[in-house]
Amino acid sequence: MAKQLPDVGSGGAVPPPRRSRIVLADITRQDTRAERTRAELAQQTQVGEALVRGLVRAQLALALRLSLVVAIGLGGLPWLFAIAPSLGRTTVAGVNLPWLLLGVASFPFLIAVGWAYVRLAERNEQDFTDLVQRPEH
Amino acid sequence: MGNDFVVPAIVAVTLVTVGIGFYGLRLARTTSDFLVASRAISPTWNAAAIGGEYLSAASFLGIAGLVLKYGVDVLWYPVGFAAGYLALLLFVAAPLRRSGAFTLPDFCELRLGSRRLRILATAFVIFIGWLYLVPQLQGAGLTLATVAGSPYPLGALLVAAVVTANVALGGMRAITFVQAFQYWLKLTALAVPVIFLALQWQADGRPAVTPPDGPTFRAATTVVVEHRATLTLPDGDIREVRPGDELTFAAGDPVPDVSGVATDANDWLLPSAAGDDDRGLFATYSLILATFLGTMGLPHVLVRFYTNPDGAAARRTTLVVLALVGAFYLLPTLYGVLGRIYTPQLLLSGQTDAVVVLLPEAALGDGLVGRLLAALVAAGAFAAFLSTSSGLLTSVAGVISTDVLGRGSVRGFRLATVIAGGVPAVLALHVSGLDVSQVVGLAFAVAASSFCPLLVLGIWWRGLTDVGATAGVVAGGGAAIGAVLVTVLGPPLSGWPATLIAQPAAWTVPLAFTVMVAVSMATRRRAPADVAATMLRLHTPEALRMQ
Repeated sequence: MAKQLPDVGSGGAVPPPRRSRIVLADITRQDTRAERTRAELAQQTQVGEALVRGLVRAQLALALRLSLVVAIGLGGLPWLFAIAPSLGRTTVAGVNLPWLLLGVASFPFLIAVGWAYVRLAERNEQDFTDLVQRPEH
Repeated sequence: MGNDFVVPAIVAVTLVTVGIGFYGLRLARTTSDFLVASRAISPTWNAAAIGGEYLSAASFLGIAGLVLKYGVDVLWYPVGFAAGYLALLLFVAAPLRRSGAFTLPDFCELRLGSRRLRILATAFVIFIGWLYLVPQLQGAGLTLATVAGSPYPLGALLVAAVVTANVALGGMRAITFVQAFQYWLKLTALAVPVIFLALQWQADGRPAVTPPDGPTFRAATTVVVEHRATLTLPDGDIREVRPGDELTFAAGDPVPDVSGVATDANDWLLPSAAGDDDRGLFATYSLILATFLGTMGLPHVLVRFYTNPDGAAARRTTLVVLALVGAFYLLPTLYGVLGRIYTPQLLLSGQTDAVVVLLPEAALGDGLVGRLLAALVAAGAFAAFLSTSSGLLTSVAGVISTDVLGRGSVRGFRLATVIAGGVPAVLALHVSGLDVSQVVGLAFAVAASSFCPLLVLGIWWRGLTDVGATAGVVAGGGAAIGAVLVTVLGPPLSGWPATLIAQPAAWTVPLAFTVMVAVSMATRRRAPADVAATMLRLHTPEALRMQ
């Protein structure tokens, strides 16, 4: 029922011969499709091009969203202190608020944003890999 | 200054640096080992090495000095120095590693295929590298003069010679170990004394940082003035002081107001407000832009990414660096704050950069503990000069050996190292009047106005052309370099021109981006034909790489 030889037109590398062909019939076909997609990526067919564009756009959107978080969270502070000088006089545990925010709180904030980015960017890449390696796209 | 532990501590740091360098030399066998450490470095080692390389004289000494002098507004320096790694992580780290580029000029050629742009990038790498090296050497000269009373050129030449020899003989594998060691040394050298300083502050009855009547001297003090200044004495008298003048104060005397320094408690404690200080606000935002975006354009930072095995590792390494650097930057602020209490005389002498080195003995006395801690801090400061200079020198020498000398051999790299180390050493001897932190800030501004737009647009925008990139770098980077030259060589300015020139990033960065985009759109047909293949390579995970 299944094509046991890889499609000649796919351009992919021939998979190593498999022994239990009946059981692995579907998987063999999957591999062939995945290889076709990989080849499409490399040859810059329209499908491959669209896939890469999608990934780049997703990663850029993620980076821009997180830099917006930092731009508002940190970049807003000088402006906030400037228009509301009373904030600068507020003290928490005897320390003025700007000193605490800039000298202490800003570093964990930056690390948290960075941590979120690494997780989300890796997820984007995983989604892309799944898309390329799965037949149903 | 009669501390007999300081010189042995500095000698020990230098010897360990050289020693690890030679250990690495035995491991370095091929040119590839030499330049990129064969990519066999784990993310943790690599991150500690990047952190060790990044925390320079400006971080170790400069920030505390600025906090002592100007107060809350300069906390943006440490925040920006750390946030620079976040910008690097978000926009550059993984794609740059996947590009396979070892240096910035490599990236230019790889992405845009332009020889001319490559030469321009080479010139910028060398300029930024030297601009950043000179203050490191100066810091070394000043520190050794402060703690050991040696003549200024000795410290500068010592660091230049040690670093040049170490890089020329050991290459990058060696400095990876050296740098990682130096990160932990620097962290320890600030963290351990801070514990003792905090306990001492408790024991002294927690004296106020900003007492209502202004800062006072805790002990009888004689101050030798280093910079010309105008003092306003408590009784309202105004007095001009010149370098070399000696002033004597008794314990409990109030510290006079010094021109150009935030002696007034409110100036120091509170951020600049709108209306009366618009220029201060502009300078703050300009500083934020330069430090946030400049880090990715520093030549010694990018070279490191090539030692990661793949893009995902580059990302994780950057995150660890952000954490390591962030942890370090909690500390210098404390030195600046405690310096208000224990070393107010530095406000008068103008030597605020020395606060980190002088504070342990000033607060704890010159007993055994005070002297040992002072030696530890001095060793940490030397680690800062050695490690940052090593990193800068490696990258400048790498660029000179491949792009100027045109040789990829180990011998070519060694020749290039001598050239790259010799020029800033000579400059550091002749330009001793520059302010360490300000020059470092200018290096960030130049990097943010040239390489930041080039990298960000090159990685994320298919429409970038070689002509557009060249025009943007020339316009933005050129304007920033102009501002540097005017600051260093030009006449003193005042008012808005002074602010625009001293903190140029807020106008040069947008200028660079605008010119780069506009010219690229006008020369759309020059976009490289292989841009799709480049994008595929920069952004897709290595797991999918076609064999």
